[in-house]
Amino acid sequence: MGRSFGIGEFLYLLKAIPWTLLLSLGALVGGGIVGLFIAILRIAPSRPLQWLAIGYIELFQGTPVLMQLFVTYYGLAVLFNLQVDAWPAVLLAFTLYSGAFLGEIWRGSIQAIPRPQWEAAECLSLSFPKQLWYVILPQAARISIPPTVGFAVQLIKSTSIAAIIGFVELTRAGQLMTNATFRPMIVYPIVAALYFILCWPLSLLAQTLERRIDATLGIKQHF
Amino acid sequence: MPLLALSSISKRFGAHQALAEVSLAVEPGEVVAIIGRSGSGKSTLLRCINGLERPDSGTIEFDGRVFEPTPRRLKALRREIGIVFQSYNLFPHLCVERNITLGPTAAKGMKLTAARELARKVVRMVDLEDKIAAYPQQLSGGQQQRVAIARALAMEPRLMLFDEITAALDPELIGEVVRVLDRLARDGMTMVLVTHEMGFARRSADTIVFMHQGRIWEKGAPAKLFGAPVTAELASFIDAILSVDPSARRRVRTGMTFPCRRRSEFRQVHGNA
Repeated sequence: MGRSFGIGEFLYLLKAIPWTLLLSLGALVGGGIVGLFIAILRIAPSRPLQWLAIGYIELFQGTPVLMQLFVTYYGLAVLFNLQVDAWPAVLLAFTLYSGAFLGEIWRGSIQAIPRPQWEAAECLSLSFPKQLWYVILPQAARISIPPTVGFAVQLIKSTSIAAIIGFVELTRAGQLMTNATFRPMIVYPIVAALYFILCWPLSLLAQTLERRIDATLGIKQHF
Repeated sequence: MPLLALSSISKRFGAHQALAEVSLAVEPGEVVAIIGRSGSGKSTLLRCINGLERPDSGTIEFDGRVFEPTPRRLKALRREIGIVFQSYNLFPHLCVERNITLGPTAAKGMKLTAARELARKVVRMVDLEDKIAAYPQQLSGGQQQRVAIARALAMEPRLMLFDEITAALDPELIGEVVRVLDRLARDGMTMVLVTHEMGFARRSADTIVFMHQGRIWEKGAPAKLFGAPVTAELASFIDAILSVDPSARRRVRTGMTFPCRRRSEFRQVHGNA
């Protein structure tokens, strides 16, 4: 028999939480930058740019994130002939993945802003970037907050996949503890509970924001 | 020389001929009211003038220059031509003042302090000094529409376009908007309006243009057009308006927009007409 599951093993799980959070946060920030770029390309007044963005979105939404992870992890190694750490590989994979989903969420938020808002800005002699910056994005940002927070919850749970290539975050730590203690029915419920504690406040936040924005958003009157 | 000259403008949406060979000249200071049934091409014509729609053929001259739809020329044109829409289209996330200063600062590079000064001036022109810090959703439709007018005026345009700006308003709010239009007309602003406000058209317009099936069917001074329509289409259009709203008969006759309860109120609005 291995060792028993005690306070030391529990602390080991807790110590993995920062890595899960760091990966989620990194992917959210990196994916946010990629996503904003993709969202703007998607609505840019140029067909080739739109196709580029659509291609990117379809590629990353239409393939399993696990495959993206494998391709990044092994791909980096093969392409650049170097043995990469798990960390840059998972961060890159989740950044690209988040970029596609956030891009699509934000594209939807931008397109939810009524066409006359664009026209009104255009008729004030504003250029396309200025129409976007002063008129469209501030309104789209308010709409996009609930789905963006919702995606962040999904992302935190998805990062568990990084365990497969050996990146020690919460799930991987759970696997290691299970291997050491042979107590999967103690370890995994605890791991699940820890995920829940991370995600639940965010879910609550998303619901609250959704209710508040529904109640206050003036643009609902326009159509 | 006319400020605006349209020659043979045509525009087609699929199988629908929205505009057919429309030619129109607008002199500086002239007020042109475009009337006609819905679908007669009125709004399309207005949208062609400031480049929101591109005509299939024909030329548009503004201030003696033929207009070409390059982004640079479009931007320049929109500093000269203001437009107000039926649905106000204020920016809901910005207060009244910022709605007004956005164009001058972001498009014309005006300093914010100067733009705020300008904002105070234009809200005074539409009687909304006390609402300068309000947000659009806190205002009534009539107030929102007056802010939209102020926003367009802040660009200091040489031509103003109005696209059925009272059509979405409750009847009791129409008067306050029309009053602003009257004042602009009196102050010599060059204006092209699509309107159903026959009282205003009669009173303040120099020229009435009746559009039918994408063409200018009849054109002339208000008294002539309303008094003695030449074509059967215009006669039946006027009849149709009057039968929907019998009180409009008096308005077309007298140029009054809304029932005034007191003589003094009437004078205040219309002068000693």
